[in-house]
Amino acid sequence: MEETMEETMEANAEANTEEKKEKVDKKHYTLINHKKPFRYDEDGLHVTRSCGWSAPGCHLGCGLLMYTNDEGRLVKVEGDPENPFNEGRVCCRCLALPEVVYHPDRILYPMKRNKEDRGKDKWEKITWDEAYSLVAEKFNYYKDTFGPETIAYYAGTGRDIGQYLTRLCWGSGSPTFVFQMSGQACYSPRVAGCFANTGAFWLGDYSQQYPDRYNNPNWQVPECIVIWGNNPIISNSDGLYGHWVVDCMKLGSELVVIDPRLTWLAAKAQHFLQIRPGTDAALALGMIDVIVKEDLYDQEFVSCWCYGFEELASRAAEYPLSKVSEITWIPANEIAEAARFIAKSSNAILQWGVAIDQTKETVPTAQALLAIFEITGNIDKPGAMVPPTNILNYAAGWGAEFLSREQDAKRLGQDKYPLLKMGFQECATDEVMNCLESGKPFKLKAAWIQTTNFLACTGVDPKRTLKAHMNYEFIVCVDLFMTPTIMALGDVFLPACTFAERDGLRIGDGMQRAETINKVIEPLGESKSDMEINLEIGKRISPEAWPWKDVEEMYSSIIDETGYSFKEMQEVAPGYPAFEYQMHKKSMLRQDGGVGFETPTGRIELWSHFYNMASLDPLPAFEEPTPGPVATPELLDEYPLVLTTGARNWSMFHSEHRQVPHLRAIHPDAIIEINPATAKKYGLKDGDWCWVENHLGRCKRRVVQTPIVNEQTCSTDHGWWLPEKEGALDEGLYGLWDMCVGNLIEYNCGKSGFGANYKTLLCKIYKVEEGE
Amino acid sequence: MSAYGLLIDYEWCTGCHTCEVACQIEHALPTDQWGIKIMNVGPWEYAPKKWQYAYLPVPTDQCDLCKNRVEKSHTPTCVKHCQAKCLKYGKVEKLAEELAKKPKQTLFSL
Ligand code: SF4
Ligand code: SF4
Ligand code: SF4
Repeated sequence: MEETMEETMEANAEANTEEKKEKVDKKHYTLINHKKPFRYDEDGLHVTRSCGWSAPGCHLGCGLLMYTNDEGRLVKVEGDPENPFNEGRVCCRCLALPEVVYHPDRILYPMKRNKEDRGKDKWEKITWDEAYSLVAEKFNYYKDTFGPETIAYYAGTGRDIGQYLTRLCWGSGSPTFVFQMSGQACYSPRVAGCFANTGAFWLGDYSQQYPDRYNNPNWQVPECIVIWGNNPIISNSDGLYGHWVVDCMKLGSELVVIDPRLTWLAAKAQHFLQIRPGTDAALALGMIDVIVKEDLYDQEFVSCWCYGFEELASRAAEYPLSKVSEITWIPANEIAEAARFIAKSSNAILQWGVAIDQTKETVPTAQALLAIFEITGNIDKPGAMVPPTNILNYAAGWGAEFLSREQDAKRLGQDKYPLLKMGFQECATDEVMNCLESGKPFKLKAAWIQTTNFLACTGVDPKRTLKAHMNYEFIVCVDLFMTPTIMALGDVFLPACTFAERDGLRIGDGMQRAETINKVIEPLGESKSDMEINLEIGKRISPEAWPWKDVEEMYSSIIDETGYSFKEMQEVAPGYPAFEYQMHKKSMLRQDGGVGFETPTGRIELWSHFYNMASLDPLPAFEEPTPGPVATPELLDEYPLVLTTGARNWSMFHSEHRQVPHLRAIHPDAIIEINPATAKKYGLKDGDWCWVENHLGRCKRRVVQTPIVNEQTCSTDHGWWLPEKEGALDEGLYGLWDMCVGNLIEYNCGKSGFGANYKTLLCKIYKVEEGE
Repeated sequence: MSAYGLLIDYEWCTGCHTCEVACQIEHALPTDQWGIKIMNVGPWEYAPKKWQYAYLPVPTDQCDLCKNRVEKSHTPTCVKHCQAKCLKYGKVEKLAEELAKKPKQTLFSL
């Protein structure tokens, strides 16, 4: 199988060498034996292979077939059966793409609004020339007069925008790159923790790095998959196509599910541990204690490749089962049995997710979880945890070379959080808030907000967020639709197009594969691709960072090191780089060419030199979530229930898709899942609207009675706003003030500057009265 | 002439709604009409730690087994896109043979 693919690769490479003789040699990627070129005709329609990577959509970039007609209209979207990533499958969001593309609410022209009219629907249509000149003039003025750091650049979740945005930011000399989430509590805490103590990030091995997938002879079915605090079939972080878990279950994988909710996966699991939200570190330490005391760890792996085992063991000894059971609300025997099951499996995956980032002490929590898999030797081997393959490094940020040391020193939050100095490139968001409010250490002047709707989604305490952001003198927003964030704050709206209307690259998070996004229709109205907008503005504010004539030239330059031009990659994609197991033994993980891991000791550091240097506890530990039934018992009388937030929905990605008919119909309302006994206790029944309230604020939710949560815990979804409601600020900002669960959350990050308690709150629930 | 149908391995159906939306878009159905609809059976606990928790997609009167697609030798769109790969299209007799091989499946003759 492999050989055939390699032959195809060579044949393709040969065919292409004629036109591009001057180029560097093509890197070796295993390619697919495509039956057809990337554009072909079928049943009177034109078909283009492409890749679904935002906006709209998710993190993944599934392989798609885009169907267009002679009139240049996108007729339908299907999965690409030849693409090994999703094997022809898709979720409902990409199927409904045409409803997004042709949605009547899309903004199709650049617009501006007087600063005094923020929050009012008083937009005025302008030309692109006017928009570019206006933005460039203002940005250049602030940059030259007050310094480049006074202009902030805001990105949303990791999709096809982050890298262009970091370049726009750093290229113009600004270190103020912002992800508007308290404690940057998504993904980066986990990635950072992994790099700090192992020199690499670790992903579950579902064979996604091989084009022949489950048939690859080197791959092994994971015996055990530990789903820790996520519901991967619905959410899909870290490049994981969630239904791979189902594929593996069919092949024999058993599950351990750790979740406050009994999910569908949990019901099918060998072990389901119904954890109290926010107590994951205690559970992990308790499991480590069992594994150590019962001699179930991988002695060879630990003695050869781990540093600080004794110290870890004595820390874990502080978490005996009785104590851990009391903290986590999980019976002691269930913890012990699950720990034994993981340790005795020949290979096990830790399928972790954002719940680990969205806890205030995320750093020691992530450290504790990963330690289970480190001491059981589930690192760098088939069907266990493996480091992602790399094609390009730009996914973590592109254009860092333009940011001088002197400018980087002005990055907000480094004084307070030394960890931010150690290889990180983002600001501490909580400090950006302080800076906006106090004008210290400098006054932020302008903001560029691209495809992020933080008032409705990542940002907590929307009233405080809004007030602080009103201090910007000038705000530019780029998006597909009007959002509460833009209605409240924007001075200029630049309309972006969907991924059907543009070219692009999909070489992102998770195992990297060489994929292209291929334009199939002309952009609607005057909308433009995010990348074209960034290139055009870039040319006007930092031309040295944007030397390309057009986006195609820019893409080719990004992938130059692969030896492929953009056009060539479109033809052959997807391409898979080589992958090996046991890289630590083969001297493939260290820059100095030695064996082991890229850490100060060359071993996996269970006791962390890195954290020690950053004045943090070098060992994992547990801290009670605040607020919480143990940390703030005085709140319990008033707010007796534990609330977890951010439950994912099939048809919506974060705050997207609320206006897409076939997707909204699947999940029309924001919901709260409550145990039937609890609902009864508070006089609520299925379908009632209730207020969910804590000491900070409240939001409206529709009651769903379900036994999947226990009587003390309830769970709600996030990202809600109602595009069908009035948008103006004094008319409710698309229902935001009533719907935003951020009303109950505050800016309050962990000691490291990372992590915040998004998923561990206390609340009370009561019926919404008529007219409310 | 033998009848065609859908074999559904409901042990693995995750309730992801892909089949519903695929069918609605293919047949231009409004948001409140379905060619196939997911039924949720559960969750309830019938013995300690034993949960009934399943989804079952049910083809409706509006299912035409993707006549237009099948004529052009494509698979029905719900089958093609099913995220759990738990739907199969074919001749009822053939599917019945497969039905006998594995529990927690159901066969719709359409
Ligand atoms: S998971 Fe869904 S939204 Fe994401 S790329 Fe795949 S089909 Fe599209
Ligand atoms: S076979 Fe076609 S018509 Fe029938 S349910 Fe599936 S998608 Fe709908
Ligand atoms: S697409 Fe498949 S897994 Fe998803 S709901 Fe339909 S039958 Fe179930």
